[in-house]
Amino acid sequence: MLFRRNKTFGHGVHPPDSKDRTKGMEIRQFPFAPELVVPLSQHIGKPARPLVGAGQEVVRGQRIGEPDGYMSVAMHAPVSGEVTRIGPVPTIKGQEVPGVYLRPHPASTQEVAEGLAVEPTASREEILKGIQMAGVVGLGGAAFPTHVKLDIPEGEYVDTVIINGVECEPYLTTDHRVMLEQVADIYNGARYLEKVTGAERIIIGVEANKPDAADALRAAIPADLPIEVMVLEVKYPQGAEKMLISALLGREVPSGGFPYQVGAICINVATTAEIGRLLPHGQGIQERVVSISGPAVRDAGNYRIPIGTPLRFILDTVGVADDVGRVFMGGPMMGPTASNLDVPILKGTSGVVAFTTVELPKRREYPCIRCAYCVDACPLYLNPSQLGLLAKNREYDRMAEEFHLMDCFECGSCSYVCPSHIPLAHYFRVAKAAVRRARAKE
Amino acid sequence: MKRPVLEIASSPHVVSANSVETIMFNVVLALLPAVAFSIYIFGITAALTIGAAVVSCLLTEHLLCRAGGAQSTVGDWSAVITGLLLGLIVPPGLPVWMVAVGGFLSIGLGKYLFGGLGYNSFNPALVGRAVLQATFPVSMTTWIDAEQVGRFSELAPTSLAAPLTAATTDVVSGATPLAAWKFDRALADTTELAFGMVSGSAGETSALVLLLGGVYLIARNMMNWRTPVAILGTVAVVSAILHAIDPGRYPPAEFMLLSGGLMLGALFMATDMVGSPITNAGCVVYGILIGVLVLVIRNWGGMPEGVMYAILLGNAASPHIDKLIQPRVYGTQRERRASAGEAKA
Repeated sequence: MLFRRNKTFGHGVHPPDSKDRTKGMEIRQFPFAPELVVPLSQHIGKPARPLVGAGQEVVRGQRIGEPDGYMSVAMHAPVSGEVTRIGPVPTIKGQEVPGVYLRPHPASTQEVAEGLAVEPTASREEILKGIQMAGVVGLGGAAFPTHVKLDIPEGEYVDTVIINGVECEPYLTTDHRVMLEQVADIYNGARYLEKVTGAERIIIGVEANKPDAADALRAAIPADLPIEVMVLEVKYPQGAEKMLISALLGREVPSGGFPYQVGAICINVATTAEIGRLLPHGQGIQERVVSISGPAVRDAGNYRIPIGTPLRFILDTVGVADDVGRVFMGGPMMGPTASNLDVPILKGTSGVVAFTTVELPKRREYPCIRCAYCVDACPLYLNPSQLGLLAKNREYDRMAEEFHLMDCFECGSCSYVCPSHIPLAHYFRVAKAAVRRARAKE
Repeated sequence: MKRPVLEIASSPHVVSANSVETIMFNVVLALLPAVAFSIYIFGITAALTIGAAVVSCLLTEHLLCRAGGAQSTVGDWSAVITGLLLGLIVPPGLPVWMVAVGGFLSIGLGKYLFGGLGYNSFNPALVGRAVLQATFPVSMTTWIDAEQVGRFSELAPTSLAAPLTAATTDVVSGATPLAAWKFDRALADTTELAFGMVSGSAGETSALVLLLGGVYLIARNMMNWRTPVAILGTVAVVSAILHAIDPGRYPPAEFMLLSGGLMLGALFMATDMVGSPITNAGCVVYGILIGVLVLVIRNWGGMPEGVMYAILLGNAASPHIDKLIQPRVYGTQRERRASAGEAKA
């Protein structure tokens, strides 16, 4: 056992995990902001259709948006109070999307409304519908509608469900806390996943920097579920679906393909816990666990924060240093920065991290010296050095056609290791957007 | 909370401690044992030669950057490496003014003309040396003896030759082991070769000291070990076979490995990141190519030594190797299953 190395994927990087400050802190309930802003589009797909109008009273947990078609999920009121208006909401990506503005009712007990329960014994279709109506999306950050992911096409077969408890982004400790505090919810959620997918095996992947979480999960494995807990080497970006499937199963998802093509499906551990917690009560996602951390944050911790809470209220509540320089949602490897503190917490927001200006040294950019550090870091075995040179010449088509640009999921490993400080991941974001625009025109 | 000024930036927001400066500085560190040892063997003559090479490289780099209106890159340590390498691959007693010309050519012709750091297709020090070799063939093949008495108090008489003169007469000169073999079939002692007590360029001497620096860089992940292993492995295996076939014509493998500039070239010049392929497989191909070229030039060519041209040719081939050998992208060799999936879906 001493000499057996933990499983992992090929390539990747080892940024300091910076989790010590919050990993031991229990999940605490966050207060309600004076105004909450719930975007009707927090997921990949079509925005939900609003079910409420301005001036209407809503109860916490009440459905305020219904899915608009299959690629869409329901939205729920994060607070009991009054709808002040329906209108455009700023998001971290810079675009505005339709949303619901709510003012909490000060006298309300804030009890969460219940709905029609869906048990794990229900039919596959009922469970998928239940997940969609509970507004469940991937809570790891991608916010892909979970019922779509679980709806494996006819003729395909999934033998293994992977529950993703990797949480490889530095600073984030939400999945870690959920694995310690919501073991029963996770296993209840796993029952739904087993039923929907018909998988023979469920693996929970946990990185070696969370041994307490692995122990807590192992100690409570229910007899009726084919669950294994596997400990993985600490390496970024192991939480990426393709990387985790490689690490645990040694299978490679085809380029441009889906995990079910190699018989696997990957669901975030917090998503699993939410399915297990919400479906038996017919409730929906109206809050989520968020790690608030970073050197500029005073009262760091893991908080259960109502969806729609603006960043400004969060930072005011926890307190930030005067020289705060950068605020981003998610972890420091992939998280987008906020230009505007009116943007709200979404279902896909796993963290809010604030850096002071001290953490952001300006470094001189050098030409590529072809050291190949990026080639050895890229988890998809792309050639970021070559892609970077092409990006500087704006040869976006060549990048996509010859060098697999569109496989890049912007994990940032190449930028992280580059000794010339070339913002490679940024170039690839720009290039991918250009290629998508060009393809949309055709 | 005050209204903070928020910076908008693309992730990642954390970066590793890697930098061009640290990589280059560590290469300099790795070269220092060889520098110190060559000064021990050749005395203040070698110190002057290496010093002059470094100073001329740095000056050229600085002045050319300024002349081009760019920020000076003299602080990134790469010009120091070029200077040290140049100082180690020319004869220790080379007139200082020729060394300075070599430094100017290395940086000016070998690096700046190509676009500076990152764009120099060929190893700059080797470009400088190649031009020196063509321009001053006599001085470039005049070697002083190793471990001369008085080497710490007296310069070789050639060193201070007035500019545009050579003063090659009256020099106590020794043949390099490779030249001795090529022209007289005289085989140097392996132990002397390994420890470097022989005539030659300053850096052509102690294989063991060079190896020390190479192992350090490999351990720090600042050198792809596949390149030197492929070069040295190719030379060792092929020369062992050739020696077994005809010991009178082909020297033994240990002689081939330890003599000449092979160790310095394989460890510190062929491995120059800019001029070598980017993939691991590419580095192996590149190393084998250089190894074969060294063997061909040494055994069948007109010159006793061929490491310089072998590496320059390897540098020239490197972009083509990169074109042929790309990393195998994740998920691209199981397309059979992917298409089967699409057909079903």
